[in-house]
Amino acid sequence: MRLQAAAVKLGYGDRTIVDGLDLGIEAGTVTTIIGPNGCGKSTLLRALGRLLKPQGGEVLLDGKRIDRIPTREVAKVLGVLPQAPTAPEGLTVADLVARGRHPHQTWYRQWSTDDESAVAEALTMTGLADLAERPLDELSGGQRQRAWISMALAQGTDLLLLDEPTTFLDLAHQVEVLELVRRLHHASGRTIVMVLHDLNLAARYADRLVAMRGGRVIAAGEPHEVLTEELLREVFELDAKVIPDPVAGTPLVVPIGTHRQSS
Amino acid sequence: MTSIPLRLGGLSWRIRPRGVVVTTAGLALLALLMALSMRMGDIELTVAQVLAATFDPADPAHFVIMELRLPRALTGALVGAALALSGAIIQSIARNPLASPEILGVTNGASVLVVAGVVASGSAYGGTSGLLTSLGVPALALLGGLIGAVIVYGLAWRRGLDGYRLVLVGIGVAAVFTNVKFWLLTVGDVNDTGRAMVWISGSLHGRGWEHVQPVAVALAVLVPLALTGTRSLNALRFGDDTVTALGLRMNRARAAMILAAVLLAAVATASAGPIAFVALAAPQIALRLTRSAQPPLLSSAAVGAVLITAADLLARTLFAPVELPVGVVTAVLGAPYLIHLIWRARK
Repeated sequence: MRLQAAAVKLGYGDRTIVDGLDLGIEAGTVTTIIGPNGCGKSTLLRALGRLLKPQGGEVLLDGKRIDRIPTREVAKVLGVLPQAPTAPEGLTVADLVARGRHPHQTWYRQWSTDDESAVAEALTMTGLADLAERPLDELSGGQRQRAWISMALAQGTDLLLLDEPTTFLDLAHQVEVLELVRRLHHASGRTIVMVLHDLNLAARYADRLVAMRGGRVIAAGEPHEVLTEELLREVFELDAKVIPDPVAGTPLVVPIGTHRQSS
Repeated sequence: MTSIPLRLGGLSWRIRPRGVVVTTAGLALLALLMALSMRMGDIELTVAQVLAATFDPADPAHFVIMELRLPRALTGALVGAALALSGAIIQSIARNPLASPEILGVTNGASVLVVAGVVASGSAYGGTSGLLTSLGVPALALLGGLIGAVIVYGLAWRRGLDGYRLVLVGIGVAAVFTNVKFWLLTVGDVNDTGRAMVWISGSLHGRGWEHVQPVAVALAVLVPLALTGTRSLNALRFGDDTVTALGLRMNRARAAMILAAVLLAAVATASAGPIAFVALAAPQIALRLTRSAQPPLLSSAAVGAVLITAADLLARTLFAPVELPVGVVTAVLGAPYLIHLIWRARK
């Protein structure tokens, strides 16, 4: 188990969001956490990435308590892309991606050949090499998100946590970002955990789905095991049909609701 | 090409040519202004006379150069560098171009304590040559600056430090300190408050070697520390989650850099009083000259030193023999610049 939450209790101040949750992330898998708004999926991801300290229980990275490992050492194996990250004004793509090398640098080793090649590789993998000198604010939403992923890649970790990497993106850019995630997984066997809203894309791009509601894990497993009509009712209070995706064969959620023909 | 790698064995840095050019040009301009400061004043000297007087203790102008003009100019340059460095650090941490040591309570805390000390001691203050002036005022300023910073920091801390909250709390505390200061000025004896007023507008008048030393020592210790913290500063400009994800102990890194900024500003204020706008403007000028994403530390320090040296030269010579406090000159020049910054930020 690469990353594990054991009986974690999570919350902000007096408000508890997750209480006594267990979850294990296997090495070399793409896991996607789904669930309705406020179910605690981002909170869980933040705890897995040691951005939020559990009020109880523990998070284990390679079997060791993550809060007992120096945060810099954690940053060498675990990359986190927070939800809607913000960058200083006027920063270029190359500067942003270079910042990902932070955990590998010291004041006397600030730009080694390793740093330079890791940044170049990260830019190439995300298709941003030509945009390297452009300020971040001039990029499109999809390009900007790729730049942030590129920064996490430059960090050189084989474990990546992505919190809603497709928010605010149109469908084409969502697919573009998830294709990149999939490529990263195929190319180097990275372990990836992400939070996604779109169930169909989650089913398409994940090896494993984790469905949460009210701070608890309701179901976890392969997409076709998790995304069932019963589960959608239980977790999302949604009446829907689940049919095979005509392209990939993964489950495709079709909400019932009302529609033009019947109204 | 915005940067070139510099590598020596296992050591490596990124050098930004623009930063090197701006810092070098700043130091050259500083040397020129310092030379002018040696020449100009009540007694005009030629370069040859300045050089002769510097190295010959028997020269009648030796005292003017070595005891009056040189320590004054050095104090100004060092104070300018310290204030600018402090401002550059605070602007990076607060992620706000309008932040300055005033926000941290340093300058206002220092002012309150100095005014209180001068007003309370009254005749015991002992005129301009008294012990209290040479030792008491800087000590009070240093203490007041540190107390001010502790108050602001303590009020802004909520299980962590947020740049935005720090700025808001800082503005609130500054308003309280300013009013306490004005109250003290109102109740004090008119002669005492007159002396206090010169100090709180920021003056380099009568600064000797005893004022040069503390700032020189502070800079010698804090500049290398601040430079090793440059990487943390760069990272601290991102959102809190990104900072933690990059493996930085955020609150510790932030506290260390704020402590450095507070000490720089407090020592500078203790030496020359609260000189306005330099800490605010110098980092922003350096930022634009170097075209970097965050205020560059060394270039900011160079710009700060140039600003105060130039302002003091104006303060001494513009209405000679009447001398203006250097803080008045920087305020007159700085206020339009502040308005310009706010106007740009609104766009």
